[in-house]
Amino acid sequence: MSMALFRDWLLSDAPESRRQAACGRAYRGWLSLRHNPLGMAGLLTIVFLLVVSLGAPLLSTQSPDTQHLTLRLAPPSAAHWLGTDQLGRDLYTRLLYGGRITLGMVVAVVAVVAPLGLVVGAVSGYLGGLADRLMMRVTDIFLSIPQLILALAFVAALTPGITSAIIAIALTAWPPIARLARADALTIRDTDFIAAIRLAGASRTRIILRHVMPLCLPSVIVRITLDMSGIILTAAGLGFLGMGAQPPMPEWGTMIAATRGYILQQWWVPTIPGLAILVASLAFNLLGDGLRDVLDPKQT
Amino acid sequence: MSARVEMRGLRVSFPSPRGPVEVVRGVSLDLGAEKLGIVGESGSGKSLTARAILKLLPAAAHIRAERLRFDDIDVLTAGERQMRAIRGRRAGLILQDPKYALNPVMTAGAQIAEAWRAHHRGRRRQAMEAAVELLAQVRIRDPARVAGLYPHELSGGMGQRVMIAMMLAPDPELLIADEPTSALDATVQAEILRLIDDLVSRRGMGLILISHDLPLVSHFCDRVMVMYAGRVVEELRAADLAAARHPYTRGLLDCMPSLLHPKPRLPVLARDAAWNE
Amino acid sequence: MTEPMIEVEDLRVRFGTSEVVKGVSFAVPRGASFGMVGESGSGKSTILRALAGLNPNWSGRLRLAGMALGPRRDRAFFRRCQMVFQDPYGSLHPRQTIDRQLSEPLLIHGIDGIDARILRALAEVGLPDVVRFRYPHQLSGGQRQRVAIARALIAGPEVLLLDEPTSALDVSVQAEVLNLLADLQQSRGLTYVMVTHNLAVVSHLCETVGVMQGGEMVERLSAADLRAGRTRHPHTAELRALSTELEEAPA
Repeated sequence: MSMALFRDWLLSDAPESRRQAACGRAYRGWLSLRHNPLGMAGLLTIVFLLVVSLGAPLLSTQSPDTQHLTLRLAPPSAAHWLGTDQLGRDLYTRLLYGGRITLGMVVAVVAVVAPLGLVVGAVSGYLGGLADRLMMRVTDIFLSIPQLILALAFVAALTPGITSAIIAIALTAWPPIARLARADALTIRDTDFIAAIRLAGASRTRIILRHVMPLCLPSVIVRITLDMSGIILTAAGLGFLGMGAQPPMPEWGTMIAATRGYILQQWWVPTIPGLAILVASLAFNLLGDGLRDVLDPKQT
Repeated sequence: MSARVEMRGLRVSFPSPRGPVEVVRGVSLDLGAEKLGIVGESGSGKSLTARAILKLLPAAAHIRAERLRFDDIDVLTAGERQMRAIRGRRAGLILQDPKYALNPVMTAGAQIAEAWRAHHRGRRRQAMEAAVELLAQVRIRDPARVAGLYPHELSGGMGQRVMIAMMLAPDPELLIADEPTSALDATVQAEILRLIDDLVSRRGMGLILISHDLPLVSHFCDRVMVMYAGRVVEELRAADLAAARHPYTRGLLDCMPSLLHPKPRLPVLARDAAWNE
Repeated sequence: MTEPMIEVEDLRVRFGTSEVVKGVSFAVPRGASFGMVGESGSGKSTILRALAGLNPNWSGRLRLAGMALGPRRDRAFFRRCQMVFQDPYGSLHPRQTIDRQLSEPLLIHGIDGIDARILRALAEVGLPDVVRFRYPHQLSGGQRQRVAIARALIAGPEVLLLDEPTSALDVSVQAEVLNLLADLQQSRGLTYVMVTHNLAVVSHLCETVGVMQGGEMVERLSAADLRAGRTRHPHTAELRALSTELEEAPA
């Protein structure tokens, strides 16, 4: 099948099968994302960051942990493209390897938080009554404790390290998402289309999973992409306090925390991982905005 | 006391990925101190036509016309400031659902008083007295009490009366009523329409009544304009409705079920592509 | 089999402290149409929702084909009794294709031959096949209401509850939908209970009409009596006068 034919098949106004309709929908979504320059910029940046982090061993010039104590805090040069840190380690290499840890933590947190918040919020909002009150009070308790302190207490109870940090951050990041999903579910549950599905004889589980949750998704996605930068920063905070990524792990936040004293004299040392965090958070936000537009079928 | 509205060849279009889509395609109308009904189905362009007079169109809309004047003002070239002087002062707009048109955190009296002060520049107390007087004019039984109520405490019919009182406060010369009663019960609907009819006649204002209900409009207007797909297909005196000639107007009248004249099967409107031309 | 399809006896519905339906009784024979008219707040839609099982807070006796109905309904009930809502946009899921919405009842009831059934249902309500993979916002109001009717009928119910099914539509579309409902009733032997504020619509589709006022059914009369003005209750006479006044050509 030629490319043009395939494209016509995808964009057909009268799809012949469910599969063709689904492919066509996905392609249209892709087209509308492609026409959203900011969303595309976010997507490309994230893909770039992921590729570079995964390819760290191939792209790096040295080992991330090799110390050159004679070459401490060196400015960027041919040998060290982004300079070296306070222990003479190559910053470029550490930035690449750090991406694996930082982005890995973000992805892991999101993978836990998004489904958890979505389920709690949608179930609570749809069922209402006692279940709603119970679940929302629990959410309120988590919301009322400052994020970093809750994470700290949790990590302190477990062993410090990346896994505990991920669990700790996830623990503090789901309540706002649950709140948001609940607010959506509250308005959705009283609509006629939900009444119609109830009249079709659908069980509560089916209604929540297949009919309510997909409608809560767009606001959850936007909220999560906005939270990404916060997640990176909390991870850095935990690392700085010795509760997250442990030295000599090259985690972006920990890298800033460890070198923050050099901001005036050797400004590039903490600034470079800072820029990496900025770029990554911005890219997630842009992609989130773009995705929200794509996920709304009224846009296409 | 009525402004002349003059409209020649009004066109309203919206941008779309496939180029601009024209939804009003060359509508002309003249209005003095009379009651004009605009009737058509959803999407016929009836609301856009009336709202174009006040330039109250969605931001994406693009207006063109050979001539569009409100009294001595050229609406096409008028700026926002000049339009604000018309809207709410010289011309009022009554919408379908008062629930969404009234400010939920202000009492009915305060909203009417504010509208009154925008034009009369009186003191606050004077404005409040005027508001109560206006509520009495729209035949609210206990106007002083209702003036102190918030919109959520009003029934649909009362809300629409408050809305009308608010629009009448600055003594406008033209009233545009966009489906003013389709959210109301039949008993209330008749009362509200009679009220509008009476006030408009007594004050010598112009009225544009927009509705999808042809028989209803013909009861309360002098003239009726029937719109289809952005054009006026027929214009006739309300009293001559039974003699309507255009197949679309006839079709609209025929396809309504009737209480007095039962039809075993409702005739379905057969749309003719020629009506679009 | 002279047993009525629907029996409502002394139905009372309460919202908080106020009673919005105050002891309403009526019966609808199999294959007949019963219409309820009244103003907003008269309780007519509340009765319909209690019948459909959407609101469990009622007391009294409801029976479907002689079988008593409880506040919660099982799947078998939903197979026999379906509802069409007023706003055809609000009653369709905004992010699901028509295909998905029509297949949902079939999946729930474990009915097979989904593809064939969907195509047949679309044809039955006069929609072209292309509509199948569209979203609600790509359809006109009349098309959406046809989809809603197709969805209600797809699992083969015997009773259709109609909540102002045409009041959000243009009159020309209303005529098409009313004709469609009349045809479907004839071809499938459906029993209709319809709620509307429009006397002309109710007398067009229903043989018997109940007039609601303030939570009570103040009068029950045949459509023929309503047309002829043989009313007994002043509220019925008032509603009729308002309706006929607008039908007559202006003097």
